[in-house]
Amino acid sequence: MSSKMNQVLLDPLFNNNPIALQVLGICSALAVTTKLETSLVMSVAVIAVIALSNLSVSLIRNMIPGSIRIIVQLTIIASLVIITDQILKAFLFEISKQLSIFVGLIITNCIVMGRAEAFAMQNPPWLSFLDGIGNGVGYAIILILVGFFRELLGAGKLMGQVVLPLVTEGGWYHPNGLMTLAPGAFFLIGIFIWLLRTWKPEQVTED
Amino acid sequence: MEYYLSLAVKAIFVENMALAFFLGMCSFLAVSKKVETAIGLGAAVTFVLTITVPLNSFIYNIALREGALEWLGEKYAGIDLSFLSFLVFIGTIAASVQVVEMTLDRYAPALYAALGVFLPLIAVNCAILGASLLLVERGYGVAEGTVFGFGAGIGFALAIIALAAIRERMRYSNVPAGLRGLGITFIITGLMAIGFMLFAGIQL
Amino acid sequence: MERSTGYIIAFAAAVCLVCSVLVTSSAVSLKDRQVENKRLDRQKKILVLAGLMEKGEGIDTAEIDERFSDNIQAHVIDLKTGDYDPSADTGNFDQRKAAKDPSTSTAAPSNNSGIQRVPNQVLIYHVLENGEPVTLILPVEGKGLWSTMYGFLALAPDTTTVKGVTFYEHGETPGLGGEIENPSWTAKWIGRLAYDETWTPVLEVIKGTAGPVETDPTRIDGLAGATLTARGVSHLLDFWLGESGFSPYLEKFRAERSAS
Repeated sequence: MSSKMNQVLLDPLFNNNPIALQVLGICSALAVTTKLETSLVMSVAVIAVIALSNLSVSLIRNMIPGSIRIIVQLTIIASLVIITDQILKAFLFEISKQLSIFVGLIITNCIVMGRAEAFAMQNPPWLSFLDGIGNGVGYAIILILVGFFRELLGAGKLMGQVVLPLVTEGGWYHPNGLMTLAPGAFFLIGIFIWLLRTWKPEQVTED
Repeated sequence: MEYYLSLAVKAIFVENMALAFFLGMCSFLAVSKKVETAIGLGAAVTFVLTITVPLNSFIYNIALREGALEWLGEKYAGIDLSFLSFLVFIGTIAASVQVVEMTLDRYAPALYAALGVFLPLIAVNCAILGASLLLVERGYGVAEGTVFGFGAGIGFALAIIALAAIRERMRYSNVPAGLRGLGITFIITGLMAIGFMLFAGIQL
Repeated sequence: MERSTGYIIAFAAAVCLVCSVLVTSSAVSLKDRQVENKRLDRQKKILVLAGLMEKGEGIDTAEIDERFSDNIQAHVIDLKTGDYDPSADTGNFDQRKAAKDPSTSTAAPSNNSGIQRVPNQVLIYHVLENGEPVTLILPVEGKGLWSTMYGFLALAPDTTTVKGVTFYEHGETPGLGGEIENPSWTAKWIGRLAYDETWTPVLEVIKGTAGPVETDPTRIDGLAGATLTARGVSHLLDFWLGESGFSPYLEKFRAERSAS
C-alpha cells in the first residue's frame, strides 16, 4: 500500500478526526450512543454508506454536470441509506427499531456529503473508497467510545451483559443516570476533545 | 386549540430539536459564534421547517403511506411506498429551500439579504429531515405538522441564540488550553440540555 | 466544463433510473422478511408474557410458530359490546392503523393517557390449556413522560388477577422511566388485583414501595426517579380496564364462564 493510501486511510482517525476536529456529522451520532450495541451497528452503517457513496460519486465524477452535482450526490446517498435501512429492518430487526429515524438521518450526515463533495469529486474511485472507510472509522471511534462509556456508566452493562452489578439488582454499582441522557453525551465528547487536544496540541482552535 | 398549544410548547422546550434529539448539531455548533448570525440561522430554520414539515406530511399522506394511493382507484389501495420517504423528503426539502430562496430574492430582498447565506446550508440540516421523519413516526397530520414544524424551529432558534450569547461571553474567561473552542462548546451544550430537561414535567 | 441542457437532463434521468431500480429492488426483495420479522416479534412478546418462552431464548422461526399456534388463540373483539368478531382477519389486524382511521374508530372520551381515538375493534389473545383459556392477554397503551408506551397486560380467567405485564415499545428515559421494561419490576405485578368487588379498576402504581401481594394487592411499587412515567402507567391501566377499554369484554367473558 502506498503512503498516499495509508495517509488517506489513517489520517482521519486521530489527526483529522471528522467529529473532534471538523465538527461534522454529530447530529445523528449522539442519539444512538446510549448503548454500545446500537453504536456499533450505526458505525457499520455509516462506514458502509460513506465508503460506497464516495466510490459511486468518484466513478461518475467526470460525467456529473456541475450545476446539478449536489442533488446527484444527495440522490446517491439517499438511495444507499434506504438500502441500508431496508437491510437493517430485514436482518437486524430489534436494533433497527432502536435506531428508528436515525438511520434515515445518515442522509443529512455532513460527513457523507462533505467527503463526496470535497474528496470523491477530485479523486479516483479506489482512493475515494479508502477515504470513505478512513473517515467512517474515524467517526466510528468516537461513536463507539461514547457508547462504551454511556452504557457502562449509565446502566452498568456492556452489549447488554452486566459488568457492574446494579444496586437495584442486588449489586453495588449506583448507575449514573445522567450518562444515559443527552447531556451525558455532550460532556463525554467535550472531554474526548480535551484529551485529544492535550495529546495533539496543534489541533487547538481559538474561539 | 389547547391540544395544538401543548404540541407547540412540547416541540419548543421539552423535545428541543438540538438539545434533546441532537438534530442540526453541525450547524448548531458551527454557526453559534455570534448572536447576529445565530439569529439569522434560527430564523431561516424556523421558516423552512414551517414550510417543509406540513408539505412532507401532505405528500406522505397522499402518496407514500400504505394505502394512500386509494384515491387513484381500488387497485392502487394496497401499494406501500413508504420506503421511498427518505428520498422524497430530502427532495422536497432541497426543492422548497431553492424555491424559498428565489421567492425571497424576488419579493423580499431585505429578508433575503438577512437569511440568504443560511438557506443553502439548511438543505442538509438534520433538524429539517429529522422533523419530517419524526412526524411520520408519530403519525401527525398536516395541521399538527405545521404546529410541530413551527415549534421545532422556534426551539432550535432559541437554543442556538442562547448558545451564541454564552459563547460571546466566553471570550473573556480563562478556559484550559485543550478545552478551548469546540471542547468547551460541547460542555456548555450539555449544561444547556440539562436546563431544557427541566421542562419535561410540564403538562398542558 | 460546460454541458448542454439535454445532457444534464439525460444525466439526471439516468441517475434517477439507476437509483430507483436499486432502491425498489432492495425494498421489494426484503419486504417479506420485514413483514415476517414484525409478526415474529409480536408473537415472541406474547409467548414470553404467557411464560411459554424465555426472554432472549434463541429459538427458530418454525418453533415460534409452532408454540404460538399450539397454545395461543387470537381473537378480534368489539370494544364497546365486548363481542368476538369471528370474521375478522387476526393475522393482519393492525390496531394502530384502525385507531387512526375514522371509519374504524371513535373519538376517545377525555382521559389522562393522551389517547385521541379508540379503535372499534382490538386484537387480544387467549393462552389455552386443554382448550380452556388460562390467561387473557390485552394490548394497552398510554402516554408516559416522553412517549406513548405500548404493552400487554396478562390477566387470569377471573379477569382481575394480574399474571404479568410487558411494555415492548416506549421512549422513556433509560435507567429511570425505562425501568418499566425491567423484569424485576414487572415481576412485582404478578398476583395483584386489577379490580375491586364492584369491578371498578383500582390497580395503580404508587410513589414508594407497596406492601406484599397478600396485604396490599391493588398497589404496585413506584419507580425511583420516574414519577411521571409511573403515573402514566396508572392512567393507562385506568383507561383500558375501564368502560371505554376492556371492561365490557371482560364482563361478558365472566358471564360466559359462569354460565358454562
